[in-house]
Amino acid sequence: MSKMHLKLTVNGEAHELLAEPRELLIHVIRERLNLTGPHIGCETSHCGACTVDMNGRSVKSCTVFAAQANGAEITTIEGIGAPGALHPLQEAFREHHGLQCGFCTPGMITRAYRFLQENPSPSEAEVRMGMAGNLCRCTGYQNIVKAILSAAAEMNTVKEAAE
Amino acid sequence: MNELAPISREQRVENLKGLGCSRKRVEDVRFTQGRGNYVDDLKLPGMLYGDFVRSPYAHARVKSVDKSAALAVPGVVAVLTAEDLAPLNLHWMPTLAGDKQMVLADGKVLFQGQEVAFVVANDRYVAADAAELVVIDYEELPVVVDPFKALEPGAPVLREDLDGQTTGAHGDRRHHNHIFLWEAGDKAATDEVISSAEVVAEEMVYYHRTHPCPLETCGCVASMDAVNGKLTVHGTFQAPHVVRTVASLLSGIEEHKIRVVSPDIGGGFGNKVGVYPGYVCAIVASIVTGKPVKWIEDRMENLTATAFARDYWMKGRIAATKDGRITALSCHVTADHGAFDACADPTKFPAGFFSIMTGSYDIPVAHVGVDGVYTNKAPGGVAYRCSFRVTEAAYFIERMIEVLAIELGMDAAELRRINFIRKEQFPYQSALGWEYDSGDYHTAWDKALTAIDYQGLRREQADRVEAFRRGETRKLLGIGLTHFTEIVGAGPVKNCDILGMGMFDSCEIRIHPTGSAVARLGTISQGQGHATTFAQILASEIGLPADSITVEEGDTDTAPYGLGTYGSRSTPVAGAATAMAGRKIRAKAQMIAAYLLEVHDGDLEWDVDRFVVKGAPERFKTMKDIAYASYNQAIPGVEPGLEAVSYYDPPNMTYPFGAYICVMEVDVDTGVCDVRQFYALDDCGTRINPMVIEGQVHGGLTEALAIAMGQEIAYDEIGNVKTATLMDFFLPTAWETPHYTTDFTETPSPHHPIGAKGVGESPNVGGVPAFSNAVHDAFRAFGLRQSHMPHDHWRVWKIAHDLGLHG
Ligand code: FES
Ligand code: FES
Repeated sequence: MSKMHLKLTVNGEAHELLAEPRELLIHVIRERLNLTGPHIGCETSHCGACTVDMNGRSVKSCTVFAAQANGAEITTIEGIGAPGALHPLQEAFREHHGLQCGFCTPGMITRAYRFLQENPSPSEAEVRMGMAGNLCRCTGYQNIVKAILSAAAEMNTVKEAAE
Repeated sequence: MNELAPISREQRVENLKGLGCSRKRVEDVRFTQGRGNYVDDLKLPGMLYGDFVRSPYAHARVKSVDKSAALAVPGVVAVLTAEDLAPLNLHWMPTLAGDKQMVLADGKVLFQGQEVAFVVANDRYVAADAAELVVIDYEELPVVVDPFKALEPGAPVLREDLDGQTTGAHGDRRHHNHIFLWEAGDKAATDEVISSAEVVAEEMVYYHRTHPCPLETCGCVASMDAVNGKLTVHGTFQAPHVVRTVASLLSGIEEHKIRVVSPDIGGGFGNKVGVYPGYVCAIVASIVTGKPVKWIEDRMENLTATAFARDYWMKGRIAATKDGRITALSCHVTADHGAFDACADPTKFPAGFFSIMTGSYDIPVAHVGVDGVYTNKAPGGVAYRCSFRVTEAAYFIERMIEVLAIELGMDAAELRRINFIRKEQFPYQSALGWEYDSGDYHTAWDKALTAIDYQGLRREQADRVEAFRRGETRKLLGIGLTHFTEIVGAGPVKNCDILGMGMFDSCEIRIHPTGSAVARLGTISQGQGHATTFAQILASEIGLPADSITVEEGDTDTAPYGLGTYGSRSTPVAGAATAMAGRKIRAKAQMIAAYLLEVHDGDLEWDVDRFVVKGAPERFKTMKDIAYASYNQAIPGVEPGLEAVSYYDPPNMTYPFGAYICVMEVDVDTGVCDVRQFYALDDCGTRINPMVIEGQVHGGLTEALAIAMGQEIAYDEIGNVKTATLMDFFLPTAWETPHYTTDFTETPSPHHPIGAKGVGESPNVGGVPAFSNAVHDAFRAFGLRQSHMPHDHWRVWKIAHDLGLHG
C-alpha cells in the first residue's frame, strides 16, 4: 500500500513520517513515535484508553486515521505535566486513589485535562457525564470523580490567585 | 548512630507508614504520567506479530486449510496450523482442569472464535491482511449451546477425541458430553430432612455466562535467544511461575532456561490466569523464526475466546421450620464449561469452592452435586473477581434465602439474622466440610441495618406500593439485602494445588547496608497496589519505613516461586509469607542488637523500629543501625548480611464476610433501575491500607453492578456470540455507576500472621446478590419469586409486564 507523507506536532515536537493512509493514529503514536502512554482497550471507540488531545478536542485515537491527523497539534499524557512538575490532575489522581491498574489512567487524565478547559467548575454529575466516554474496570469511578473535582478546585484557586 | 534529637514513639510509628495507614500508592507516579510498562508497550528488535485465523462456526469439521495466498503476502513469515504443531506435540495442550484443549483446530472446531491458524508477519497490519487470505473449508455440524440439551441421549458428540472414555480427570462420565459429577455433603440425610420439613422452597437460580474483560486484553511477547538457548516470555500472566513450569513441561526446555515476566498488568479479574493458545503459538513461532513474536488479542477475541466466567444453572431446595430456622440445603448444578474444561480451579476442586454455598448460615445438613457439561461455547470458567466459584455460591444462597422468606412470609433481614452462625460458634464446621476461621455476623448485620435505617426504608417501600396501586407513581422501591461469606486465600498445600504445584506463596527480603530493602514475591499485582501494601506489612514487621522498601514481583528469574495473584490469595498467602520473612529478619536482627548492646538476646524487646534493652529505654539499636552492623561487623556465630526467605503454606483458608444493602428505584414502564443508595460493610480482618481497601470495594461493586444489571456473554442457537464488542457487552461508565458508602468491622483471622483475610473480591461476591435482590425485592409485593440475571432494562420491563403491571 502506498504511503502518505504526514506532518504532526505531538507534545510540542514536530514529526514527519510516512504512513499508510489506513494506519490508525494510535498505532502511529505508540509504535512510530514510541509514546506508549495512550493505550488500546477496544479499537472500537468505546473505552477511551487511547484518548489524546487533537487540535483542542478529545479524540479516541483508535478511530482516527493517521491521515486525518495530518497537520494536527496533538497532546498525549506524556505532554501533560512533567516529572517534578506534575499537572494538578496527575497529583489529584494519586492523592485520591483515582487509579488501580493504571491502564485507563492516561486516557482518563487526557480527557479530564480537556474537560476542565471546557467546564472549569463542573458539578459531580457534569464530571460523570463529561467522562462517560472513558471506561475504567478497576476503580468504580468514585475516586476518579473526586480527583477531577479536587483538581478543578485546585486549578481555580491557582487561577484566582494569579488574577 | 542513635538519633540526636529523639522523636516521639507516635512519630516513629507514623514514619513507617505501616499497617493500617492509608499510604498513597507508589505505583501511581509512573501510571499518571503514562510511564507504565504493559506488554504491548514492549518492542524488541526484529519483533514479528502474530494474528489468529478464527472459526466463524461454533461446530464444524475443518476439511482443509489453504495458506498459500497468505504466505504470498510480502512480510508474512509463517502460517502455523495444527499440522505444523503436531510433530512438536503442541497442537493440543493440557488445561488447568485436567482436560486438554486444542491449540489450533485439529480436524474440527468446537466454538465460534476458536483458533485455526496463526499468521506471523513483520507488521501487525500485514498479519491481519494475511489472516483474511487463509482459506479454510468447513463442514458445519449440529451445534449445542444448551447444557441440558447437550446431555440428551441423541445430542451431537462434541469431543470426538474422548470417544469411549467413560472416566475423566474427576471421575465417571455418564454421557459423551458429560465431564464430571462432583459432590459434597450428605445426600441421604439432606433429602430426608427436606422431605419431612415444615416448609420447603425450591428454585432454579441461573448465574449467566459473563466475562472478566479487563481493560487490557491478553497478550505476550515470546523471545527465543538462539545463542544462549534461553526463552523469555513477557505476558499478561496472573501466575508467572506456573506459566514457566507449564512452558517447560510443554516445550521440553529446562525451567532455568525459561524466564517469564509479567510487566504491569492492565487488570486481570481472572482473565489472565489461564494458558491460552496465543501464548503457545507465539512461543513456537519465536522458536521457529528465531525472532521475538508479539501476540496481543483484540477485544473481540478477548470476549469470544479467552476465559468466560460463571454459566451455572443451580437448582436449589431449602428447608426450614415454620418459624424460619433453616434445617437443610440442597443444590444441583448444571455447569456449562464450553468446549474444553479449562476452568482455573485447584486440581481437586472441579467446581471450585462452590460448597461454601451454605454461606453465613448455620445449616445442619446440606448436599451439592455439580455436573460439568461440554457445549459449543468458549472454554474458560475462571473466577471473575472471586475465589473459585464462590460468587456463584453466594448468589445461590442469597437468592434462596429471599425465596424462603417469600415462602415463609417473613422479613428477609430477620430470616438471615435468626440463621446466622453465632460469634461463639467459630471456628465453625460447615455441613459441607469447611472450617470457617472467624466471624461476627450479627454485629455487622445490625450495624448495616441501622446505618441505612432499614425499618424506615421498609415503611417507605410499603407506602410506595400503596401509591403505585393508587396510580400515583410508576416507580417501585427495591431493598437488596446480602450477607455473604467468602472463602479465599487458597490454599493449604495438603488439599490445594494447581497442576501439582502446592498453593503456597513466598517472599524474599534483602536488607541493604544503609537500611533500605527489597522484597520479592511470588504474586503479581494487576492493580491491587502490592508495591504499596506489601511494603506496609513489612514496615510494621521490620521497622524500616515503607518508603525505603521496594517490592518486586513478576519476574521468575528473580522472584521466589509462587502461585500468583487471583482468588484473593495475595494478602492471605503472600502477605503472610511477607510477615513471616520479616519476622525471620527481626530474629536475626535481635541477635545482632544483643551483640552490639552487650546484653543477652532475651534482655531486648522490639519497639516499632528498634530493639530496646528492657528497663533501659535509652539503650537501643534501630533496625537501620542493625542493618549496617550486619554488613560491617564480625559477629561471633552470626553470618554477615541480613536476608530472609519464607514459603508460607497457610493452615486454612480465610473467610472474609460482609453486609451489603442496595436501595433501588425501579421504573415499571422503562425497566430502568437507578441505585439510590449502596451501603457496603466489609470485614476483611486486619486492614492493611484503608484507602486501597475502599478502592477495591468501589471497583468490585461496579463489576457486580455490571454483571447483575446487564453484562453477559450471550449466544444465539447456532453458537454465534451476540455480545462480542463493548457495544453489546455492558461495562458501566461513570454516568451509570452509583455512589457507594463503605464501612467495616474488623474480625482478624486467628491463623494469619497479621490477621488479614483479603478483600479484593468481596464486593463482587456480595455485590451481585445485593443488586439482584433489590430488583427482585421491588416486585415482591406483586408476586415475583425468581427472575434470571442480567436485569437489563428489557428484562426488568418484561418482569413488570408479566406481572400485569402495565395495565
Ligand atoms: S482503544 Fe480507542 S476507544 Fe478503546
Ligand atoms: S485503573 Fe484499571 S482500568 Fe482504570
